[in-house]
Amino acid sequence: MLDFLIAQTLNGLVYSMLLFLLALGLSLTFGMLRVINLAHGAFYLMGAYFGLTAWNLTHSFWAAIIVATVGAAIVGMLLERSWLQRFYVRNELDQVILTFGFALVFADIMKMLWGKDIHSIPVPPLLSGAVHIAGTYFPAYRLILVGVGVALFVATWLAIERTRTGALIRASVADRVMVSGLGFNIRLLFTYVFGFGTAIAGLAGVLGAPITGIYPGLDFEVLITTLIVVVVGGLGNISGAFWAALLIGLAETYGKALYPAAASFIIFGLMAAVLLIRAWGRDEEDVE
Amino acid sequence: MTVADVIVQRRSKPFVALRLWSVLALMIAAFAAAPFLGMPQFVQALVIEILVFSLLALSLNVLLGYTGLVSFGHAAFFGIAGYAIGIIAIHISTDILVTFPLAVLVAALCAVPIGWLSIRLSGFYFLMITFAFAQMVFVAAFRWKPVTGGSDGMIVPGATLFGAPILGSRESFYFFVLAVFTVCAALLYAIVVSRFGRTLVGIRESTPRMRALGYNVRRYKLAAFVVGATFGGVAGVLNSLFNLFIAPESAHWTQSALVLVMVLIGGAGYFVGPIIGATIVLLLQHWLSSYTEYWGLVLGILFIVLITGAREGIAGLVMQGWNHLRGKGP
Amino acid sequence: MTAAVRTSRVSKSYGAFVALKDVDLSVEPGERRAIIGPNGAGKSTLFSIIAGQKPPTSGSIFIDGADMTGARPDQLWARGLSRTFQRNQLFQNLTVWENVELACAAHHRGLFKSVSRDALDDEIGGVLERVNLLGSHDVRVANMAYGEQRQLELALALAGRPRILLLDEPTAGMSPAETQAMLRMMIALPREITILIVEHDMDVVFSLADRVMVLNLGEVLADGTVREIQGNRNVSEVYMGKAL
Ligand SMILES: Nc1ncnc2c1ncn2[C@@H]1O[C@H](COP(=O)(O)OP(=O)(O)OP(=O)(O)O)[C@@H](O)[C@H]1O
Ligand SMILES: [Mg+2]
Repeated sequence: MLDFLIAQTLNGLVYSMLLFLLALGLSLTFGMLRVINLAHGAFYLMGAYFGLTAWNLTHSFWAAIIVATVGAAIVGMLLERSWLQRFYVRNELDQVILTFGFALVFADIMKMLWGKDIHSIPVPPLLSGAVHIAGTYFPAYRLILVGVGVALFVATWLAIERTRTGALIRASVADRVMVSGLGFNIRLLFTYVFGFGTAIAGLAGVLGAPITGIYPGLDFEVLITTLIVVVVGGLGNISGAFWAALLIGLAETYGKALYPAAASFIIFGLMAAVLLIRAWGRDEEDVE
Repeated sequence: MTVADVIVQRRSKPFVALRLWSVLALMIAAFAAAPFLGMPQFVQALVIEILVFSLLALSLNVLLGYTGLVSFGHAAFFGIAGYAIGIIAIHISTDILVTFPLAVLVAALCAVPIGWLSIRLSGFYFLMITFAFAQMVFVAAFRWKPVTGGSDGMIVPGATLFGAPILGSRESFYFFVLAVFTVCAALLYAIVVSRFGRTLVGIRESTPRMRALGYNVRRYKLAAFVVGATFGGVAGVLNSLFNLFIAPESAHWTQSALVLVMVLIGGAGYFVGPIIGATIVLLLQHWLSSYTEYWGLVLGILFIVLITGAREGIAGLVMQGWNHLRGKGP
Repeated sequence: MTAAVRTSRVSKSYGAFVALKDVDLSVEPGERRAIIGPNGAGKSTLFSIIAGQKPPTSGSIFIDGADMTGARPDQLWARGLSRTFQRNQLFQNLTVWENVELACAAHHRGLFKSVSRDALDDEIGGVLERVNLLGSHDVRVANMAYGEQRQLELALALAGRPRILLLDEPTAGMSPAETQAMLRMMIALPREITILIVEHDMDVVFSLADRVMVLNLGEVLADGTVREIQGNRNVSEVYMGKAL
């Protein structure tokens, strides 16, 4: 029983960290650009496929990581520059539809390029062992994933709280300036932030590939859970996203193990409850 | 110009809706006559599907186009009514006079608590909470095997009337759907042009103003939500009766997304927009799926192009063209 | 006499930021009260709280002596309160007539009250006549000039048959000629209507208001007759050299 609990907790933590990596980009993008990027899940899958191709060519996991991250960043920045930028002044629904359109397009392009089979990337030999702690064996790779997630959380948090660029990002999150009147530097910063978000999503894709596998449809699966995390954590709130990722990741893992019939029901119910609790008692709208 | 002059001038304006309705009436008459002129069975099936989804899209348009509420969970009510009629037919009676109204009532009743909670949120959060509720419906259908049949779906018994089976043939069902659609479309039209409907438009255009003008906005939003769900429920009932089968996918978010797409492509806020949208999407789906499996790609590109170039959908483009022709400008 | 509008120690905070602090305001029936103050003073926030659009963090609001703290906007409307917004809140895709129709129809509602088409039309026409928009009755709001949109903003508030009228910077962004026209419309309003007006144009303030309240950084800086305010040193300092 204890073994089971420990194993599920570790699985839940790994899943949570993958969710956090996804939520980080989505939440940051929303906080700063006010765009809800429904194509975010596509970048996860894209990263995984980029990594797969790199691995097939080089058999190096490190190459896969680099190609996935850089590739997702480039596609993300291209998307932001070519299309999304024009939509900053449009309403939420328009942005949601636009990014959903891209999500559909990306999904089918990936299907064309990589087929419909389920792929996977093996864990690099260096990390494929198990670590013996307190009488139980833990797969090393999973432990490292958890470490990467926490490290990225701390690093991003520090970068945003302690650096000049971070201050600029915080300022534009807090005070939504008219985007059309923005200077060149802010525009560029927007592109980088968006690219950073998609890069982290791509990274999550390749890191998660040995665990989740790579297959069409995975993009929308992770998108939905990530949206729940971001909503529960509060849009634009990085630490909120971290704790929400832990909550949702663990709840879903335990739920699936203990009571599979209700697992996703609980997750959606949780999101609805959080939304309602936050909205309760608040005024319906805020205008001058 | 005096007030009296203006009132006289306003009242002498031609009644534009009449033209729209004469066109629609002609089309419905043509569709009613078509089976007698040798419309093949598979085309009848296609028309039935288009009418069912047109009705579903029309009902969503009450929320999306008229009230400005972007629901991402409208398929929930399509699914709820679809399951309800199956369950009622299995356990209570297959008589259509019982099953049909009762199933629609179930959808409407479910919409009351769901709507009551959801309308407390707006914008993206409304979208997310309707999505959450719809997914809960989907999961319930998927997992509650003893009642819904789970992932296998559920066989829906054929309808009867006073003990005799009815609507058994394709043709009779075709006429049935055409009639129900016509009645529902007329009702929905009456609703959106009524004072109630114009109040909804006011809410879409400026909620704070409507509240300042003394309207209890939440009450109207809830009413719109329930109206939308009720007619969505009718569509769900028709769907179940046609397929004699219902599966959890009917309530899945992809289904909600598909209806949303239909409304947006056709033109939200235009009465005929959803009909145009449903027709185009379903025809495209049917034709394209025989050539390519990349149907999502086509849909995605359609999305991107429309939202970038023609926000008001195809109905909006047509109206612009029409106004342009008459030289009235945009 | 009971005050038409009274606020008692009304405060509003956004997190740590205090937008209003212990604001006491008392307006007699029929009085015309201006609320002035620099940008960000909290004037619009005070209006939103009085109109029920935002709840106060603490304090109470009384309309004709009745405690209306936390009431919804439609409940305040039912007590005869109407407002205009600083930033236009119009039905952009509807025509001028349809805009006013929605505003007037709020009075012609109810299951058992029969609605007379003629009475409604007359009322709409009458409101449009008062704000000089009768000629534009068939124009879509989105196609109207900004100054006309401001007039329509006033029309929508008047259509509420107000006894208490809150006007948030009605002349903001208008040309001098439009400002004059708007001023004439406001002066011509029936004296029974209690008016609260936020305004930056001092000519408008002094030609319209009986009394003036000055807000600064969320606090009441001064409250008195036009004459008292004109002579108040503190007020001139806040306005930094702007001639009063
Ligand atoms: N929703 C909000 N969240 C945070 N701060 C707010 C919010 N609404 C208003 N404020 C702040 O409250 C202060 C008062 O705002 P308010 O609009 O009442 O000022 P005002 O006196 O009407 O100014 P103006 O002359 O510019 O219209 C401002 O500093 C504003 O930034
Ligand atoms: Mg203001």
